[in-house]
Amino acid sequence: MATIWIDGVSYEADPSRNLLAVILELGFDLPYFCWHPALGSIGACRQCAITQFRGEDDHQGQVVMACMTPAAEGARVSIDHASAATLRKSVIEWLMVSHPHDCPVCDEGGECHLQDMTVMAGHTYRRSRLPKRTYISQDLGPLIGHEMNRCIQCYRCVRFYREYAGGHDLQAMGTRDRIYFGRYQDGPLESEFAGNLVEICPTGVFTDKTQARHYTRKWDLQTAPSICTHCGVGCNINPGERYGALRRVRARYHGAVNGYFLCDRGRYGYEFESSDRRIRVPLAPRGEQNQAEELSVQAAVTRVAKILTSSRRVIGVGSPRATIESNYALQRLVGADGFFHAACAEEHRSSLAALDALREGPSRSPALREIERCDAVVVLGEDLTQSAPMMALAIRQAALAIPRSVAERQGIPPWHDAAIRESVQSARGPVFLLSPAPTKLDDLATRVYRKTPRAIAAAGQAIARALDPQVPALAGDEMDRAGIEEIARALTVAERPLVVAGSGTASEAVINAAANLAWATSAAREDDRAAELAYALPWANSAGLSLLGGAPLDEALAAAERGEVDAAIILESDLDRIAGPGPAERFLGQVRHAVVLDHIAHPTAARADVVLPAATFAEGHGHLVNSEGRAQRQMAVFSPDEPIRESWRWLREAMMLAGYDEADSWTGAEAIAEAAARDHPALARLPDAQLSADFRLGGAKVARAPHRYSGRAAAKLHLNVLEPTPPRDNDSPLEFSMEGSPVLPPGKIETTFWAPGWSSPQALTRFQEEIDGPLRGGDPGVRLIEPAGEPFAYRDVALSAPSPELAPTPVVAAFGSEELSALAPGIAALAPRAFLELNPRDAASLGLADDDVVSVRARGASARLSVRLEPGRAQGTAGIPLGLEDIPVALSFAGELITGS
Amino acid sequence: MVFVLRSLWVVLQHMFRKRETYRYPEEKAPLPPRWRGRIVLARDPDGGERCVACYLCAVSCPVDCIALQATEDDQGRRYPDWFRINFSRCIYCGLCEEACPTYAIQLIPDYEMSEYRRDKLVYEKEHLLIEGPGKYPHYNFYREAGVSVGVKDPGESREEEPPVDIRSLLP
Repeated sequence: MATIWIDGVSYEADPSRNLLAVILELGFDLPYFCWHPALGSIGACRQCAITQFRGEDDHQGQVVMACMTPAAEGARVSIDHASAATLRKSVIEWLMVSHPHDCPVCDEGGECHLQDMTVMAGHTYRRSRLPKRTYISQDLGPLIGHEMNRCIQCYRCVRFYREYAGGHDLQAMGTRDRIYFGRYQDGPLESEFAGNLVEICPTGVFTDKTQARHYTRKWDLQTAPSICTHCGVGCNINPGERYGALRRVRARYHGAVNGYFLCDRGRYGYEFESSDRRIRVPLAPRGEQNQAEELSVQAAVTRVAKILTSSRRVIGVGSPRATIESNYALQRLVGADGFFHAACAEEHRSSLAALDALREGPSRSPALREIERCDAVVVLGEDLTQSAPMMALAIRQAALAIPRSVAERQGIPPWHDAAIRESVQSARGPVFLLSPAPTKLDDLATRVYRKTPRAIAAAGQAIARALDPQVPALAGDEMDRAGIEEIARALTVAERPLVVAGSGTASEAVINAAANLAWATSAAREDDRAAELAYALPWANSAGLSLLGGAPLDEALAAAERGEVDAAIILESDLDRIAGPGPAERFLGQVRHAVVLDHIAHPTAARADVVLPAATFAEGHGHLVNSEGRAQRQMAVFSPDEPIRESWRWLREAMMLAGYDEADSWTGAEAIAEAAARDHPALARLPDAQLSADFRLGGAKVARAPHRYSGRAAAKLHLNVLEPTPPRDNDSPLEFSMEGSPVLPPGKIETTFWAPGWSSPQALTRFQEEIDGPLRGGDPGVRLIEPAGEPFAYRDVALSAPSPELAPTPVVAAFGSEELSALAPGIAALAPRAFLELNPRDAASLGLADDDVVSVRARGASARLSVRLEPGRAQGTAGIPLGLEDIPVALSFAGELITGS
Repeated sequence: MVFVLRSLWVVLQHMFRKRETYRYPEEKAPLPPRWRGRIVLARDPDGGERCVACYLCAVSCPVDCIALQATEDDQGRRYPDWFRINFSRCIYCGLCEEACPTYAIQLIPDYEMSEYRRDKLVYEKEHLLIEGPGKYPHYNFYREAGVSVGVKDPGESREEEPPVDIRSLLP
């Protein structure tokens, strides 16, 4: 620790930081634009000027940029000194010369860093009478609005987009005061992380276009800590609600998981919540004369209870996108034997194998922020940018770990972004990709291998064997010796090696080979540490569902085929989407009764006896377990209209009526989470993921809405002139209103992230324990899975026999493959068309050309797809898109081409 | 006794003074033009809605009696999808008018709003929107702003330069 003096008062400071970070951390206000904790300092905007003195007797001082000055021992600086304060005021006055008179119609207004900084620097009146510079703005697609007139040329957007997120199609153009940030022509931004520009931009150049149609200011949004439901990474989000519908989703800082950012699927997928396919009342789709009939709550619950009591064998289909609580309630209802997962066999096996590998072996599953610090990465099979985008973003940072450490050895401080970029140039650390088709990470990889899933597993096993001869040998590895040794060496010499795999190759063997590879590094390394092991699982709660246990959907279909099933309770899943319309219809015909609980109408729901309206992630409480094995709590953002409620509450009501006494004790979200924790040792720490409902600050709960929430005395008055009382929340320490404790709550239940003088997302520095550190009072969530350590037995990598046909490999699309986000209009507009991707040589041998239409078939499901030739695809694989245009998931994992006649 | 008589004398004098009260409703009081009465939403000189649904009136309202929902048309022009004022809560303080950056919301000299039913005091946009510009006849926000929503193109306002040519390399 160094001692520094700020305006004559001494403070302790970390000398490895810059003065701006130290000053902000100490709670002072100092305006800045180009600095960002994740991007570092470049000293471009000249806004964070302070005066530095040579010693105690120096009263003149010199103006320096705080972000470019280290907090060195004995530094004497002044924030208030006239020379620096005047400079800051003049700099912002210049920036504002051409800033348009837009604030009332600008979506940034009210949470604008430029507004905050203008006030902070003391610029209050525009003296300039010069005409304002103008630009022609661009159309950047359905997600992001562009208004270049507001730009202050801080360069944050291109630094994030190009250097941090690896995008190519946004660039600074022009010269002198004509600098322009945009694409070479109109068109959607290609990066999956483009939405972060909305939060990175200190003013309103980049805005959220999906929000524009139902725009609401930050002070009018009701917010609660939540978890993204659109993939298995489990990023923390702040959804905002107004008038009973979600208005937007913003990244919620989590020191260990997603940091400051979010992918576009997570940011823009929220509109499914107000989709016209929402189920809002209990239905009997096959009521009188096969007409859909609306049911009262009482009637619906009675019907379900009657089905439960009158059926001999009831099975339940649990969902990897539903919470632990809902799945647990269903499992208790139907018993462990009758509990199945809404996942096809391959996906189910992959998830189970991944969890077993994380629990049995010595490798730890790293959180995203830990992945960023890994310095050698091997990715087996997974196209991370599409299936778990934020994990790909973390690997982008991991590729810079070694070049950055080289720069630091040259004496460059880690925050000095400009100098580090100069030192790093295009150098990247070791990243090896083995995949069936080109991925967006290829551009930073040391080496890329295109292989079939089978060959990827074999190669992984061969590299593991090179590290530890005890790894069993496998026939069929086609990888050259030099390549194997290069990867083995990289894993051995790295400080923190990492192996990544996922369910995206439809191959359990790849999951197991990745585990063996990570574990085998411990044998070759001097420190005996096994490499870290990260799996990308497809759904928000794939890991949680696997921890509960259960059989795949295919077995449920088989049991119904044998006539063993009388009734099926289907939780938040569309069987048509998974197994295909044919098998799903057959299944629902074979079971005498079916009950569907979901928030989205789908063909499976249309064939059920009773459909119950379930709460979405924003409307209910629950826990999810992400791919890392971290249990995280979703808190209801708002209270939905009656009778929408969490699935487990519906199940509880039906169970109580049908005489399942156990359900009586599930009196609230916490009671059922505790019951799940008691029943499943793996979930024992579940209740620790968040503060409990009896948490109070000075006797009061925490408000979900900011204190300046407007319109309470008018919002709902068209319905009833008596102003309603806000709904109560007995399940969390939050309140559905603006009335709550005036004391700042712990970061994990903070809702507004708003500090005096700081209304933009940059206020976050006020809510972190230290800049870039955990939230004040600790990050939420609890890791459920820790490695078992030595001794361990290598996992059995059973390779399937090489199929004479092409091996089906799912092609995951960041936009469109995930069921819920695909219902958001913005995401749907960017989703690719369905296709069948083949290597041109395979296509030639099958006599197929571009755009030929081919039938694909698996387990009774089929689809017709048009051929797309991709020279980069590994020979012997057929890429079948996952979930696009209602292609059954089973086809992507097991589809066979029907060629010839 | 003297005090009583003096009071009676004062009262007597008033009998011959000009009356301060009005025989309302037959006779109406003349109101100053800045009288803060009923709230209206004005239009700009082109006839377009002035309100850009910025929510500043709602947030400045001390009794939270203004609620609205912003939306935008095909050209990106912001306007309120609906706009509701609960006049049974309104205290006619005029803070909404002061906060309004586009002169859309205005308090006018009309106080005759009594109703027998409270729900009739809940005014929707159709009750609030008037045909003219109200107190500020010449102002048109979208002519001054940087956004282009079909009112003007970039560079066309009085205080704007023509759009820059980003391909120019001239110094």
